[in-house]
Amino acid sequence: MVLAVVAWVLWAAPGGKAVREFFLSPTHAWRSFIGDPAEGLSAIWRGFLTNIWMFVVCEILVLVFGLLIAVVRLSSSPILTPLRLLSVVYTDFFRGIPIILVLFIVGYGLPGMSLGWISMQSPAVYACIALTLTYSAYVAEVYRAGINAVPTNQVVASRALGLRQGATLRYVVLPQAIRNVIPPLLNDFISLQKDTALVSTLGIVDATQAAHIFSSQSFNFAGYTVASLLFLLLTIPMTRLTDRLIARDRSRRLAYLS
Amino acid sequence: MTKNMLELQNVHKRFDDREVLHGVSLTLAPNEVVCLLGSSGSGKSTLLRCINLLERIESGDIIFREQSLLDERIDVDLVRRHIGIVFQAFNLFPHLSVLDNITLGPLRARGRAKSEVLDEAYELLERIGLKSRAGDFPDQLSGGQQQRVAIARALAMRPDVLLLDEVTSALDPTLVGEVLDLLTDLARQGTTMLIATHEMQFARDVAHRVALLDEGRLVEVAPAADFFDRPQQAATIDFLSRVPKTQ
Ligand SMILES: Nc1ncnc2c1ncn2[C@@H]1O[C@H](COP(=O)(O)OP(=O)(O)OP(=O)(O)O)[C@@H](O)[C@H]1O
Ligand SMILES: [Mg+2]
Repeated sequence: MVLAVVAWVLWAAPGGKAVREFFLSPTHAWRSFIGDPAEGLSAIWRGFLTNIWMFVVCEILVLVFGLLIAVVRLSSSPILTPLRLLSVVYTDFFRGIPIILVLFIVGYGLPGMSLGWISMQSPAVYACIALTLTYSAYVAEVYRAGINAVPTNQVVASRALGLRQGATLRYVVLPQAIRNVIPPLLNDFISLQKDTALVSTLGIVDATQAAHIFSSQSFNFAGYTVASLLFLLLTIPMTRLTDRLIARDRSRRLAYLS
Repeated sequence: MTKNMLELQNVHKRFDDREVLHGVSLTLAPNEVVCLLGSSGSGKSTLLRCINLLERIESGDIIFREQSLLDERIDVDLVRRHIGIVFQAFNLFPHLSVLDNITLGPLRARGRAKSEVLDEAYELLERIGLKSRAGDFPDQLSGGQQQRVAIARALAMRPDVLLLDEVTSALDPTLVGEVLDLLTDLARQGTTMLIATHEMQFARDVAHRVALLDEGRLVEVAPAADFFDRPQQAATIDFLSRVPKTQ
């Protein structure tokens, strides 16, 4: 419906023809997609591969690191108190600053500090560090909510059987917590997929950057359309999956209540 | 004289400023079944939780197999593996199948061999009449079936003592019988049990001794027949007058 209106506007509005030429020209779109090394044009598809691998690498790191932060934050052992405080500061900090600033600070700051090998990494590495730092803070909070949602009687039942704290966490709490948070985790992953576009600010030629180069050289915006379509190809299935899981969750809860 | 399996000595328990157990003393011999009666709020659950070390007591002592459980050097998790507890609300693990609920403790707390644990789990399932439901999840079972699984889960740890906290109170009246039948079987097989309950007829039939807890005090402990037919304390007579008659 909305799409139909947009299509109609593009077709009928004055200037619609120009817009079509700028954004939807098939020849330009194709050229931007496959690139043109002779004219220094990077292929958008190749740039998009960068988005994909970054997203996959960061996602794995974020899942592990976020869980670690959440577990530390919820631990009750006195030995971990300093780490617990650190995890609180960490999540507040990285949830509170715009991700693009984190990218600048890590991507330009670390290389500028002449810290030996830490300052000699490629921009892609810095980009991954920045995305992982920020998203771990978000995901840690998602995990934490999930862990808190597991009823205490589950912990009591497990401890009463003689399972130690670690075993209780591993076999009783986390399996239930993670099941609860799969939909919100997928939501964060959709954001992460889109935010890989921000790595272009560090001069990395991802799909966004390739599209941008194309538009500035050919004065045509079809590249942006191509890049957008590629992102949609990735995020829409993920969104559908998330919605399905949420719906399934709700129907299960309703069935439980009735 | 047989040695006691469990001995409570003058146990005091406080929540914030309010003392809810005012010096409870009770013994439990091997193979003995003691039913713990008492109106709501008298402290039955609290007492059982203290024995399982799920609550810390303020003073007094709990002696389990000749060893004080208040000793600092004692491994709480190890103690709990020998003292099973079953809750009113079942508290089964919803993400695990019936079989996995039963094997979790022996595998992950005791670290026993899987094949042996599985054999025993199937035996237990047979005993509670749910062998065909091994692969089902708790929410696919009726309340009575869930509570039987919870009892099997506790038994799988081969505890020396089984504490049962009003295990039939959350059940539909039609399902109470199947759980009480299971407890009766266990009693016949010599399981040492301390059972908090509101089921008077069951207490009379199954318990060796019956104890009445009244506002945090054990007012009377006596063999079942004496307790019901010749109560000595005013509080017991009053309590029995308020519950349905048994014979
Ligand atoms: N965690 C707690 N914090 C504070 N007070 C508590 C707590 N648990 C129990 N109490 C109080 O201790 C008293 C004894 O409670 P308990 O649950 O042991 O009674 P009960 O005999 O098991 O009752 P019921 O038959 O209703 O289960 C009650 O007054 C209750 O309010
Ligand atoms: Mg109770």
